[in-house]
Amino acid sequence: MHYFANPARFTRLAGIIQPWAGALAAILLVVGLYLALVVVPADYQQGDTVRIMFVHVPSAWMAMFCYSFLAVASAIALIWKHPLADLAAKASAPIGAGFTFLALVTGSIWGKPMWGTWWVWDARLTSVLILFFLYLGYMALWQSIEDGQKAAKAAAVLALVGAINVPIIKFSVDWWNTLHQPASVLRMDGPAIHPSMLWPLLIMALAFKAYFVALLMARMRMELNLRRIRALRLAERTS
Amino acid sequence: MTRKQRRLYIVGGFMLIFAAAAALVLMAFEENIVFFYSPSELAQKMKEQPIPPGRRLRIGGLVEEDSVQRDADGVTMIFRVTDTVDVLPVRFRGLLPDLFREGQGIVAEGSLAADGTFVATEVLAKHDETYMPKEVAEALKKAGQWQGDPK
Amino acid sequence: MDGMGQFFAMGGYAFYVWPAFAIVLVVMALLWFASVRGWRKSEQTLAALRRNRRQRESDEA
Repeated sequence: MHYFANPARFTRLAGIIQPWAGALAAILLVVGLYLALVVVPADYQQGDTVRIMFVHVPSAWMAMFCYSFLAVASAIALIWKHPLADLAAKASAPIGAGFTFLALVTGSIWGKPMWGTWWVWDARLTSVLILFFLYLGYMALWQSIEDGQKAAKAAAVLALVGAINVPIIKFSVDWWNTLHQPASVLRMDGPAIHPSMLWPLLIMALAFKAYFVALLMARMRMELNLRRIRALRLAERTS
Repeated sequence: MTRKQRRLYIVGGFMLIFAAAAALVLMAFEENIVFFYSPSELAQKMKEQPIPPGRRLRIGGLVEEDSVQRDADGVTMIFRVTDTVDVLPVRFRGLLPDLFREGQGIVAEGSLAADGTFVATEVLAKHDETYMPKEVAEALKKAGQWQGDPK
Repeated sequence: MDGMGQFFAMGGYAFYVWPAFAIVLVVMALLWFASVRGWRKSEQTLAALRRNRRQRESDEA
């Protein structure tokens, strides 16, 4: 971890990772979409609406993964004072917010024909909506505080306070009576999804992950540049 | 201890305390954030703290086999909802979701009538977490291995 | 070709399936372009600032 604390070294590494992750994401996305829309058979119960699962579930997984990443990076920034940790957290927030938005919207679109409603205030849906607001609040906090270091600290505290929401989201379908069904993949008895559907789901999940890595590299390099630009401009004004 | 260790303990301690506080708040509000009652949960609640007729609530469970029929007026649907422990009769006048069928999970919003029937204003389908192609489901049914529609 | 027709009909659920996929692709594409453009612009700004700095230092020398 401290090996990558050197910004120049990180920038070099990011420059190599970004195109490869991007290419991987593109390939996996094309393959995954083809499988989801053409190859995968209709579900015995949900018919062709099951295809929405192949974008809804990976989005939801990424929504939670990005926040966990953001929270861990924030903890590392607060405790170890790693120079790139708060940048990593800041860079990942818009990506996580985007995936949370997609999880909510695709879920709603899927819910209407299958459940009979666009939305309910059950524990799963409500906690994911809260996650979306947490992302927005986190990004707003960074924007609203002038001093970079103070903003980083405030944002990190918010990130850690909101982290309690992640296990709540995961276990909401077990702890409370919800309309949203229980977990199909990460559960005690193993996946409840037929292999013909599980593998395309995992391919899409991997595609979204690679996409996240590529975007994270771009956004972190951008944040590093913005930090340097601010420093240079500050130096010019005071000289 | 080093400054880093102290920061680690402060952050860790704060997280633990906050998690405990969140758990306490959620448990305290358990009553108010019930999304739906199963038939046996409703029976239990009625014994402890009866819900007056007309008060809006939600119930959920499985549509009991052979319980779906149309009322004398030709429009209202009558069926029973079960959680294998208790059964609750339901009346509903409106559009049923695509997935509604006997053995399917549902969540209904409405209120209790004086005679203990649940008069629903909305019926939603709650499907389970299993996914498989139609052919696989057919094969399982033929082999007698079909587990039904759980939850 | 009835196959294509069936494909687009999505068993009667076309109204739900296609918009869901469309919005995912649109949002992911927008996020991608915004991020890459933001990064490229920051590279340009930084390079320009550094060039001006070097220019001024060599002028003063």
